[in-house]
Amino acid sequence: MTVALNAEELGKKINEAIPGSALSGDKGYLLIDSKSIAQVADYLKITDGLEFDYLTVMTAIDYLEYFEIIYRLVSLKNNHSLILKTRVYGRENLSVPSVVKTWRSADYQEREIFDLFGIKFEGHPNLKRLLLWEGFQGHPLRRDYI
Amino acid sequence: MSIQTEPFVLNIGPQHPSTHGVFRLRAVLDGEVVVNVEPVVGYLHRGIEKLAEGRTYTQNIPFTDRLDYLSSMTNNLAYCLAVEKLAGIKVPERAEYIRIICAEVMRISSHLMAVGFFLNDLGALMTPVLYMWREREKIVDMFEMVSGQRLLYNYMRIGGVSQDLPEEFLPAVKKFIAEMPRYIEEYDQLLAKNEIVLVRSKGVGILPKETAVSIGASGPVLRASGVKWDIRKADPYSIYDRFDFQIPTGETGDCYERYWVRMQEIRQSIKIVEQALKQIPEKGSVCTDVPQFFRPPRGEAYGYIEAPKGNLGFYIVSDGSIAPYRLHIFPPTLINITALQDMARGWKVADLIIIFGSMDVVLGEIDR
Amino acid sequence: MEIIRPEIPTLAQADAVEGKLIDSFFQQCTSPIADPDKWLDEELHRNIILTSVDMALAWARQRSIFPLMFGVACCAFEMIGMAASRFDTSRFGMDIFRWSPRQADLMIVAGTLTWKMAPAVRMVYDQMPEPKWVIAMGACAISVGTFRESYSVVPGINRIIPVDVYVPGCPPRPEGLIYGITKIHAKIRKGTIDNPNLSLK
Repeated sequence: MTVALNAEELGKKINEAIPGSALSGDKGYLLIDSKSIAQVADYLKITDGLEFDYLTVMTAIDYLEYFEIIYRLVSLKNNHSLILKTRVYGRENLSVPSVVKTWRSADYQEREIFDLFGIKFEGHPNLKRLLLWEGFQGHPLRRDYI
Repeated sequence: MSIQTEPFVLNIGPQHPSTHGVFRLRAVLDGEVVVNVEPVVGYLHRGIEKLAEGRTYTQNIPFTDRLDYLSSMTNNLAYCLAVEKLAGIKVPERAEYIRIICAEVMRISSHLMAVGFFLNDLGALMTPVLYMWREREKIVDMFEMVSGQRLLYNYMRIGGVSQDLPEEFLPAVKKFIAEMPRYIEEYDQLLAKNEIVLVRSKGVGILPKETAVSIGASGPVLRASGVKWDIRKADPYSIYDRFDFQIPTGETGDCYERYWVRMQEIRQSIKIVEQALKQIPEKGSVCTDVPQFFRPPRGEAYGYIEAPKGNLGFYIVSDGSIAPYRLHIFPPTLINITALQDMARGWKVADLIIIFGSMDVVLGEIDR
Repeated sequence: MEIIRPEIPTLAQADAVEGKLIDSFFQQCTSPIADPDKWLDEELHRNIILTSVDMALAWARQRSIFPLMFGVACCAFEMIGMAASRFDTSRFGMDIFRWSPRQADLMIVAGTLTWKMAPAVRMVYDQMPEPKWVIAMGACAISVGTFRESYSVVPGINRIIPVDVYVPGCPPRPEGLIYGITKIHAKIRKGTIDNPNLSLK
């Protein structure tokens, strides 16, 4: 059975290594500060005992005041999983560091989030629209798109 | 004296015999050798995730049929699992067995199609497809007894399945499962040791283990590269922990191994269905009572299964109303395509078509 | 002798050109093209004198249609099912599905059409030689189908190309598609040598 790790303890451990990054971990997922997501990603992949080498889902949700980006990580060797979240506030000029260098499966998923929500990922080698055509006005999956 | 050569961009456009749907590849060639490949998707993007926010939970089940339209039973199952996880609904015993039988028979049909069209790309034209279509027509007849439809079944509901099995269904499945091993032997005899298949697909398009894990590949593509990861064993859902079956794993990750893994998975599916037919309870309810305008509690859930093409998952966020706040569909084939660049570099154009065919792509799932 | 290999070109410009073309389709194709359905008119039948040459040509044309495989989505698998051994179309003379539009006369559009795909459909239709016929197969090709209010689905392929026969269903059974093809045969029978499509006058 894939065991979901306890997010609170993991949050404390991450805060020792990269201070100020893990904000809360009480509801079963780990909330990370949006500027340090790339460093946390590297830490989670390399550390012994964690070894999260497989990024399954990456998606975004529009909660009107903020956008929430969700990552679900799995460790194939240890058979445990974790859900990471990060928030970006505002509606225009949003950007989040990209995790493509850690997990290549984020490549197309970040392009899709850029296409449908308008969130830019810094450090992505080829950030352009994936599903809609170049020149489409707007980002359809936002709650205020008609 | 010097010669200047230019790389040539070849557009393998959306309408092409071997693109398995409306998929576009821009291949940058140096002569005949592939230097870089850029897939262009989105020609079938229908906006299902946005439309799902305006329909109730039960009204979204037909949308899930139209994702991977060759295996719509498994798509329905993944969605219903996700909603049941969110709301904590328990499914009755008989419904669980019916779901497993339908999902595994669907897996047999999907893998037969995948292998048939792969051999079509190899040059065997339509002969393997027509032979495998013979089995598919039997499967489609059985599903027509149960759901009334030939392609997009819309059979599973939240809390079970939509109606009980007619009397003819289980004897028909038993007869089909008894005959299947003989047909698989026939295909193996004709194809597995065939010289053209071996020469054109062994050693072609190798996907190493570390790349496969880093890319996030899943399904037969991941297992052919040597990683033994199958959700039915690693994190069993429904009642898969009651059945005894193996997980075929390859070694090198070339096109032949992907084809071999799929043929072995058909054999394992036959084994699972035989065991399920012995264990299914004779009578029982087939669906827990769920109201028409069903309001799950606030929260989020991720329900995922081992679909024939990989790990299909649905991420549902609910705010307590009759429609989901956000429905995200995680397509395994979109992630598997990321591997195309690594696998195709250095091969010729004809090999590029075979490498793409061995990945078994269905565009409805990539574009949603 | 040295060989200088320049760098790989960027494909971003090609994307921008394609995007402008798709946008132009989106702006311009706002109303459906009229259906070429004059052949259903009883008066027309009485006004045209069919010679025996016409009848021989019509017989030859209807018994040897070359369909174009334009399967876009789920309906494509019912189209392939129609061509397979159970619901054979070989018995109607439609043995091989042609892949090149230059060699085909019947275009069966099977599946949902999106705005991104619309220029490709128009290009393939324009490449087919006259006389040509179009079947719209499935609910998504006739009107918008299941995907009502979607931001990227064309509401019916008759915005892009003129359609002769509509086959409803989601997906239609192979028998239904064969019935649609017999309607195309009926249309071909009423054509004359200089106006095989009954579309010009």
